[in-house]
Amino acid sequence: MDDKYKNEFGAFAPRPQVEKKFYDGKYILAGLIIFLAMVALPFLPNVGKTIPPPERQLDTPVIKKIAEKDRKCIMPTEWMRANHMQMLVDWRDNVVRSDEKGAPEVREFVSPDGRKFLASLTNTCLDCHSNKEKFCDQCHNYVAVVPNCFGCHLQEGKKLAEAK
Amino acid sequence: MGIDRREFIRISGLAALLGLGGKGAFELLRPGQVEAALKPEAGALSGKRWAMVVNMQKMDEATAQKCINACNRVHNVPDFKNPNDPKNKLDPEIANRYEVKWIWTEHYHNAFVEDQTNLPDKVKQMAFLLLCNHCDNPPCVRVCPTKATFRRDDGIVNMDMHRCIGCRFCMAGCPFGARSFNWRDPRPYIKDTYPGYPTREIGVVEKCTFCAERLAQGLAPACAEASGGTLIFGDLNDEKSQVRRMLQKYFSIRRKVHLGTNPQVYYIV
Repeated sequence: MDDKYKNEFGAFAPRPQVEKKFYDGKYILAGLIIFLAMVALPFLPNVGKTIPPPERQLDTPVIKKIAEKDRKCIMPTEWMRANHMQMLVDWRDNVVRSDEKGAPEVREFVSPDGRKFLASLTNTCLDCHSNKEKFCDQCHNYVAVVPNCFGCHLQEGKKLAEAK
Repeated sequence: MGIDRREFIRISGLAALLGLGGKGAFELLRPGQVEAALKPEAGALSGKRWAMVVNMQKMDEATAQKCINACNRVHNVPDFKNPNDPKNKLDPEIANRYEVKWIWTEHYHNAFVEDQTNLPDKVKQMAFLLLCNHCDNPPCVRVCPTKATFRRDDGIVNMDMHRCIGCRFCMAGCPFGARSFNWRDPRPYIKDTYPGYPTREIGVVEKCTFCAERLAQGLAPACAEASGGTLIFGDLNDEKSQVRRMLQKYFSIRRKVHLGTNPQVYYIV
């Protein structure tokens, strides 16, 4: 035992003999179990369950009016699902800040198949997708993201054409 | 057998050439973008130095009120004194303090603080219509730590509410009191929300934008449109514009010129 306490200069003092004992074991273990139980509590109700992803809700009056074969978003659905947030940020920068760079303000969006849209969340996106609770919120809640667009951008009310 | 010096220099030179020309070569071979493109709206008004002329000879209280109402409507400016729901009623003193102003009237002595003894007494009793001066040398832009407020090439001092952190440096910087802070959610105090412009959130500063969003659609600012010729909006850089002709013809004053911000709202008195 003492051999191990040697280096090239000689031996150290012998290792002190301390009694090995787990003090207050039952309190610590009880505390640990309570702590783990509390941490696990939120997860327990969902153990083994699969939460199905939300269904896309497209039954708004404006979409229903469009013929079945013409029902397409400004970009392909898969692309929109992955990139709509980046597209909205680009629209925002182009509408609000493009003049800072000397470029004219850009408010028109041309889709790959040549259709033209006003770059506006309230007046273009929410025109078709007027069911914000079902279309936007449902999915945002599912993936636990909290976009703050709707703090300012209006989600309901009359249309721009009526207000003029 | 290894590579000799001559061969090494030749290969690295070629590689460097390819590296420099690579992107250009790609663009030559595949011109244009496959992605969807954004374009400016057709018929947008463009100018080099937008300015406003307020013809105080024609101005009266009713016209001023018409301009204010038109602006407040199309920009969803809240009226904290008249909530939609009576339970949101504010203490009058608080409502006064929270007021959001884009365009408003003020007595001569409050609008033009420096003593202009040369002006007739009639002018000194007028109520002036005030708005953001869209200065050439805007102090609000200089102090903004996030570039949320910025000066566009056409002279408009615009706000990007997305970037405003609500520090209110710009309000301290602006010598014209043209900026207002949103002390609370404005939505319960907007009578008739207008879909063409967003509302604001608690914690951002806002001000007149010379109706940048209307100019992009080819429309004159809402106040100029509602004023029936009392407010004239136009490009100072254009010799034939009405603002230039009015300023040539009549004597005009501006607010607090001595501060050197070069305000671009002119008052014909």
